[in-house]
Amino acid sequence: MSGWLTVFKKEVKENFRDRRVIFTSLVIGPLFGPLLLIGMFSLMADKTSERMEEALELPVVGQQYAPNLINYLIQEGVEIKPAPNNPEAAVKAKDEDVVLRIPADFSERWDAGQRAIVEVIVDESRNHVGVTSQRLRRLLNAYSSQIGILRLQLRGVSPQILNPIMVKTIDQSTPTSRAARLLSFLPYILMIGAFVGGMHLAIDATAGEKERHSLEPLLINPVPRWQIMAGKLMATSFFAGLSVFLTVIAFRLLVPFLPADLLGTSISITNPMLLGILVVILPMAILASAFLTILASFAKSFREANSYMGLVTLIPMLPSFYLMINPVKAETWMMAVPLLSQNVLIHELIRGEQVSISWYLIAGGTTLGLGLVLAAIAATLYNRPRVIFSGE
Amino acid sequence: MIAVENLKKSFGEVEAVRGISFKAEDGRITGLLGPNGAGKTTTLRMLYTLLEPDSGSILIDGMDPHKHTIEVKHKLGVVPDSRGLYTRLTARENIRYFGQLHGMSAADLESRIEELTGILGMQEFIDRRTDGFSQGQRVKVAIARAVVHSPQTILLDEPTNGLDVMTTRALRHYLLDLKKAGHCVVLSTHIMQEVAALCDHIIIIADGQIAASGNADELLQQSGCSTLEDAFVKLIGTEEGLLS
Repeated sequence: MSGWLTVFKKEVKENFRDRRVIFTSLVIGPLFGPLLLIGMFSLMADKTSERMEEALELPVVGQQYAPNLINYLIQEGVEIKPAPNNPEAAVKAKDEDVVLRIPADFSERWDAGQRAIVEVIVDESRNHVGVTSQRLRRLLNAYSSQIGILRLQLRGVSPQILNPIMVKTIDQSTPTSRAARLLSFLPYILMIGAFVGGMHLAIDATAGEKERHSLEPLLINPVPRWQIMAGKLMATSFFAGLSVFLTVIAFRLLVPFLPADLLGTSISITNPMLLGILVVILPMAILASAFLTILASFAKSFREANSYMGLVTLIPMLPSFYLMINPVKAETWMMAVPLLSQNVLIHELIRGEQVSISWYLIAGGTTLGLGLVLAAIAATLYNRPRVIFSGE
Repeated sequence: MIAVENLKKSFGEVEAVRGISFKAEDGRITGLLGPNGAGKTTTLRMLYTLLEPDSGSILIDGMDPHKHTIEVKHKLGVVPDSRGLYTRLTARENIRYFGQLHGMSAADLESRIEELTGILGMQEFIDRRTDGFSQGQRVKVAIARAVVHSPQTILLDEPTNGLDVMTTRALRHYLLDLKKAGHCVVLSTHIMQEVAALCDHIIIIADGQIAASGNADELLQQSGCSTLEDAFVKLIGTEEGLLS
């Protein structure tokens, strides 16, 4: 049996015996992401539908100035409440989501045919309030245009004159592409899987060897150092890959629990799509492992290595953020940028787009290529006495 | 057999080894005796290929360990200062791992592990995970994995550090058996009783240089002292490092 295979088998066997590793890399890691995703969706869907369906409770200041408007609102199912003494303060203190104020001169202006003003007091920085204030505004606008149309008709003018342009939106998004927007977190979750899955073994096989004083005896064995490192890297990649694989499986199993109907989308996650995602993400496992191994090799102890790892989990976030802020069309050059290419490709796959084979090849090739360069660097690290003996 | 000629090694400003020459013959136990920080470990690390000398030459059975690294490693059995074990593996699996890295066949390896279990008295714990092993148990496993491939030359860095009396005795017997079987044994220590009890040839190292060498009687003669301890102190010229 060649040296690297011996090292690989031993590292895998040893780490499978560590319950902590199994738990974090192969149970919690793969479950956490998909569960988080589903939790987020459920919460979003719940909140949206709750606010759309529940009766709109509306505190109104100055009800007496616009009895017709109030009647209209009541007909539309709004529950009118007495207003708090200080509406601005109540909204600021989050006691009320939205307060409607009708100024005293409302009826005076109304009767004079001038524009009558109503005020909607709202804190727009509060996310969930948006739905409520939108509903109220829609009602107010509907009332306003209803009255406007009536007034024009009374004067014998066609109401169409008010709307020289009518906007008709013809939505080209498919249900799948709309769902894809919601799933934009998936690439990040999968890449985190690659990093978290390989993390423990990368540390254990490098800084861990130093800490438990087993590195020096290991390196005295008649096996070239690159083979020892190759075995360790492959074991790390194996765990990283396994973690990603399990994440995809967990995701597949949890898809039926996605509240897709509530969001007006139908997500069809097919097995070929998941297979494509795996093909895209697996080279990432090798790149992540090589990167983690290099990082952990410079650490003297488990603790030190662990403290670097916190930062590592931020790296796969970068392309997700970039795409969130700057959503761009997928282009060929992006395939040559590891992390970004996986992000873009997985997005395309989830959107149900046809991805050309050449993109797979470029993305896989560049990621694997960079991974191998890093692996080669990692393999030479242990030729340096300072790295070997630094644990002392 | 080991032949070392004018070996030198510096780490930045610090000259750790400043021109050491000696021979360690087969069928003899050679002791490197010296206070802590004298350069014993650095010398051994150059012998077992992990450190490259700045200058000087090393020949192990006629081969330069830094040119024929893999061949030399096959001939060496090394118990370094670091003797960490893999705690999630059993003692047997720890030893087997090193045997596999030496490319031993499964059958040879298993029978050799049985043999070493008997020689070193490891029957009680050979199939237990090494987590929580006593110092003595750990050293036995470290020695077993170092010699699993039956090397001609055995290097040990402070082998009795932290061992109880019984384990130390067992280790000494084992080293004497190796010597009788014609192996070349080199050990470093800062304990005089150890060299007196074991070594045929004593090399006293102080401050990166050889202060004196010979067998016990010769060292007493050279120093004009009546005990080895006095001779040791006199030959290295200081008591520093002896009390640790």
